[in-house]
Amino acid sequence: MAETPHEEEILGKAFEPRLVRRLFSLARPYRRYAFGAVVVLFLESIAQLASPLLTAAAIDLLFSKDQTGAAGAARGVDGFFRFFGVDLRAGHGIEWIAALSILMAAFAFVFMMVMVAWTSRMGQGVMFDLRSRIFGHLQQADIALFDKTPVGRLMTRLTTDVDALNELFTSGFVALLGDVAVLAGIVAILFTLDTKLAAITFAILLPMLWVTNWFRKGARDTYRDVRVKIARVNTFLQEHISGISIVQLFRREGVARQRFAEVNDAHRKANIDSIFYYSIFYPALDFLSAVGMASIVWYGGGEVIRGRMTLGAVVAFLQYSKRFYRPLMDLSEKYNILQAAMASSERIFQLLDEPPAITAPENPVEPREPLRGDVAFEDARFSYTKGEEILKGVSFHVPPGRTVALVGATGAGKSTVLNLLLRFYDVTSGRVLVDGTDVRRYDPVRLREHFGIVLQDTFLFTGTIAENVSFFDPGMPRGRIEEACLEVGLGPLLARIPGGLDARLSERGGGLSVGEKQLVAFARALARDPRVLILDEATSSVDPETERTIERAVARVLAGRTSIVVAHRLSTIVRADQILVLSHGEVKEAGTHAELLAKDGLYARLYALQLKDREAAA
Amino acid sequence: MKDLPRFFRYFRRRPGVYTAGFGSMLASTGLFLAMPGIVRRAIEELGAGVTRERLFRLAAVIVLLAVGDAIALFLTRRILIGASRDIEYEMRQDLFDHLLRLPPPWYRKNRVGDLMSRAVNDLSAVRMLLGPGIMQAANTLFVGIVALVLMFSVSPPLTLVALAVFPVIAIATKVMGQATHKRFTAIQEFFSEISAEAQENFSGVRLVRAFAREKSEEARFDANNREFMKRNLGLARLNALFFPLLQFLVGVGFALTLWAGGRFILSGKLSVARYVEFNLYMLELIWPAIALGWVVNLGQRGAASWNRMVDLWDAVPLPAEEDTGERLSGDVEFRELSFAHGERSILTDVSLRVARGTTVAIVGRTGAGKSTLLNLLLRLDDPPKGTVFIGSRELTGIPLPVLRRNVAAVPQETFLFSDTLANNIAFGRPNASRAEIERAVQAAGLAPDVARFPKGLDTIVGERGITLSGGQKQRTALARALLTDAPILVLDDAFSSVDTETEAKILEGLKGAAGGRTVFLVSHRLSTLQNADIAAVLEGGRVVETGTHAELLAKGGVYAAIAERQRLAEEMEAA
Repeated sequence: MAETPHEEEILGKAFEPRLVRRLFSLARPYRRYAFGAVVVLFLESIAQLASPLLTAAAIDLLFSKDQTGAAGAARGVDGFFRFFGVDLRAGHGIEWIAALSILMAAFAFVFMMVMVAWTSRMGQGVMFDLRSRIFGHLQQADIALFDKTPVGRLMTRLTTDVDALNELFTSGFVALLGDVAVLAGIVAILFTLDTKLAAITFAILLPMLWVTNWFRKGARDTYRDVRVKIARVNTFLQEHISGISIVQLFRREGVARQRFAEVNDAHRKANIDSIFYYSIFYPALDFLSAVGMASIVWYGGGEVIRGRMTLGAVVAFLQYSKRFYRPLMDLSEKYNILQAAMASSERIFQLLDEPPAITAPENPVEPREPLRGDVAFEDARFSYTKGEEILKGVSFHVPPGRTVALVGATGAGKSTVLNLLLRFYDVTSGRVLVDGTDVRRYDPVRLREHFGIVLQDTFLFTGTIAENVSFFDPGMPRGRIEEACLEVGLGPLLARIPGGLDARLSERGGGLSVGEKQLVAFARALARDPRVLILDEATSSVDPETERTIERAVARVLAGRTSIVVAHRLSTIVRADQILVLSHGEVKEAGTHAELLAKDGLYARLYALQLKDREAAA
Repeated sequence: MKDLPRFFRYFRRRPGVYTAGFGSMLASTGLFLAMPGIVRRAIEELGAGVTRERLFRLAAVIVLLAVGDAIALFLTRRILIGASRDIEYEMRQDLFDHLLRLPPPWYRKNRVGDLMSRAVNDLSAVRMLLGPGIMQAANTLFVGIVALVLMFSVSPPLTLVALAVFPVIAIATKVMGQATHKRFTAIQEFFSEISAEAQENFSGVRLVRAFAREKSEEARFDANNREFMKRNLGLARLNALFFPLLQFLVGVGFALTLWAGGRFILSGKLSVARYVEFNLYMLELIWPAIALGWVVNLGQRGAASWNRMVDLWDAVPLPAEEDTGERLSGDVEFRELSFAHGERSILTDVSLRVARGTTVAIVGRTGAGKSTLLNLLLRLDDPPKGTVFIGSRELTGIPLPVLRRNVAAVPQETFLFSDTLANNIAFGRPNASRAEIERAVQAAGLAPDVARFPKGLDTIVGERGITLSGGQKQRTALARALLTDAPILVLDDAFSSVDTETEAKILEGLKGAAGGRTVFLVSHRLSTLQNADIAAVLEGGRVVETGTHAELLAKGGVYAAIAERQRLAEEMEAA
């Protein structure tokens, strides 16, 4: 098995300044939410950190017999209440403190809620924008991109990769700040309470940071290892499920089982390695926090004996020390999120950064209104890959309203002619002209608005028949849709199918027969009343009756427009004004049916072949 | 959850592991929750005039407890999570074994994508249930029980006050859980919608462009995208409410105990030290309480995924049969064979005798039943009893491994694995020698190509290696079949991308092979047909003509018509 990880498996750095800048620019429209969330977050941290202070105040002010030495914390709380004219020692102190605790919890609740709502709004907004941008970009991207990229990969960009950014924006950036804020708050409070004890308490922060860093590195490496190994397990599975009949036919089950056990075991081992880091990290943090607690008991206790600290302050220390390792744990978890987000954004930006090669020129020529429909190829040459010419200098001219039929064997270059006319690809040399103007001088979208097309594989979309015929154009009048359907012979279908025009088709026109799907595709082209019609006839055979309906539909669609047809139907070919016989990227013969038959060349043989085919099928 | 015995089988294989895991978890809980008691002692002794040495000793006890706790915690994670990985490994292996033995018709009914999602996503959800799920559930249980018992021992009334918020937390969790589930499902449903739409757009990109519908497609996508965001925000708002609410309720619990505890202290029913101890226990309860919702979630997802996996287990595998290593004769006979897929009849009354060493061409139009006939011989489908024979033995009576050993195939669609050429060719005989592989390469007409590859036979092909041309792939598949040295060879349109000259040479070589191999071949090519000893013409599932190439041409029937058409087509392509 190859050792290189797949494109989708590669994980880069967790922090890439270039990417982070671009990610931040995505959040720009939502900066109000971001700033708001940060502000609210600080307030929330304050509210959350108040509770141990209140406990300390209760202990020092209310519970201890000797109330002279109340510490800073207690004095602060006392002062706070005095400000509102409340004397805590006057009898209902504990009620006041409890009430303030609940109030603080309520504040924390509201602030937190607002914060999560705002960060979610930002995260969802960024994802919405990104999905729109990716989709929009793909509406302009070159057809070549689609020809070389599997649809699945494009879908991954649009879904999985965008999702990976969600966590970054909702629970990443802001929550990171939140954790830092809580840590900073605790540090500030503890140093105010007692500098020396605070210093001792935070001494354990150093080993904590060290452990966290050690864990982060180890976890990152093993995480990467696990990803590579699981990808390998999945590839193996995918391959063997896809090729199961080969596996079974060649009695390969035993070897496959054994080899699967190897990749499966490698994955298990990688996971167990990663468990090692996790099972050290969490207990280590627990242990260090206990050490912190022990040093507070030891040193703080001593200070209480000497009367230099109050019991309340020590209890506050104990409670705070318990709180500051949760943010630390979070910080290390955030690291994985960050890393995944970087890898995903890298892939997304890569896609977005690829500019389309086929675009409108700076000052595009406006197509004549209405288009005359004069189409010409002048010595058009084309190759997908260098050195392999598909079209070797094709020239022909179709006057407005005429039909030209392209015939020839598979791979002769017929579809390429259509691709060039539609500007799915551009010629390598030579010219393609519409109304005497090079197609590259038009805005491709404006030009295509005058074209109608029926492709070989009749691709229909999920939606109603009407939506398919109008191609989801809400502006197309219902009457036009209906007329187009009737003209191509969809009448019987519409009468039969429940819902008629509004009958829903499932994926790819499921529920319709092959012939019916073709008719819907014809109606779709006809409804736009295009000046130029491009037809790539389907080769799939249909029953004779449907065949006749389709022949009529073809005749109807071609009537009165310039038509370029990759023809398989004899009836279509015979009726064409001009027939071009393509072979190996060249026009070998051109003329009308009668002329070419008389020539007794390639076309005559092809005709005999088609005819035989017809006879045999009948 | 379906098929629980199967689920528990994996646990029962390792009773010691789980005992040890839960044991060390219990130990860790005990050690951990012993610490607040020490803190209480320290505070109490502070009031009673304590020495620094005594304090140091108490601190040392805390550190010792912490060491024990850390070790126990380490063991717990290591053991329990490790066990879940072991079970995952076993489940995956069992699943793969099972998949290997499922019959071909089953695979025709199931999509690869669906199988993969069950074997990957569902297995991982089950693993989450097995590992972190079980560990966290046990942890919640242990910490909950021990902490509550200790709290109770400090002050029963204060415990009741602290527990006052728990019913509210439980109700909130339940209500929110249901709402979350509903909104999450709504999101998932819409997600399918939006991805299906995008996928259609990408697949139908040529139409979208040709019809200049980019703008309206963007608008349509934007509308759905917006709806998708709205639904996501619906869930986010719920989360925005839920977790802060939990925190708030916990905060209220603390405030209530502060109030009640304060009252008890002031009235002398509780010491400050005990109150602090109580407070520390409560702190330890927060996390398990929050984790409970998470555990329930994991459990639900794991159970749903397990059920989907059980659907796979429920498929009936092929029986395990013994490979006797026996070599069958090359005589093949179809006797009044009729076969149907459900209602649709594919083959009717097919009778054909093929003597060993014969090359027979199966000819007919698309859909005439050629591939089905060959699939029956390969037992990719089961023929009815008494219709297909190899030698004197009935096909269905031959153990499958023996049949596979004796019938080699090159299917219509070439499938190679991302591996080296050598490994692909030796697929059916992994321990074949290099010389044998080279001989097969030679016989399949692949030798000149291999010579040009950068690493020869060790060149990796497929997705992660070089891309072979159609003809190279077909000849690789042929070499793979030839290497097995089976007496019967089935070639289903196996030369469609190989040029005629090479093809003729290969076929000549096959005939000359020692022992006389029986070859079935489907082809449209005239040259191929000429090379066959006899041809059988199928039409509408029936054998309509049999004879040699010359005989059938002379007859001027279906065969002659097909041959003529083919001749014209070949001329066209050559032009």
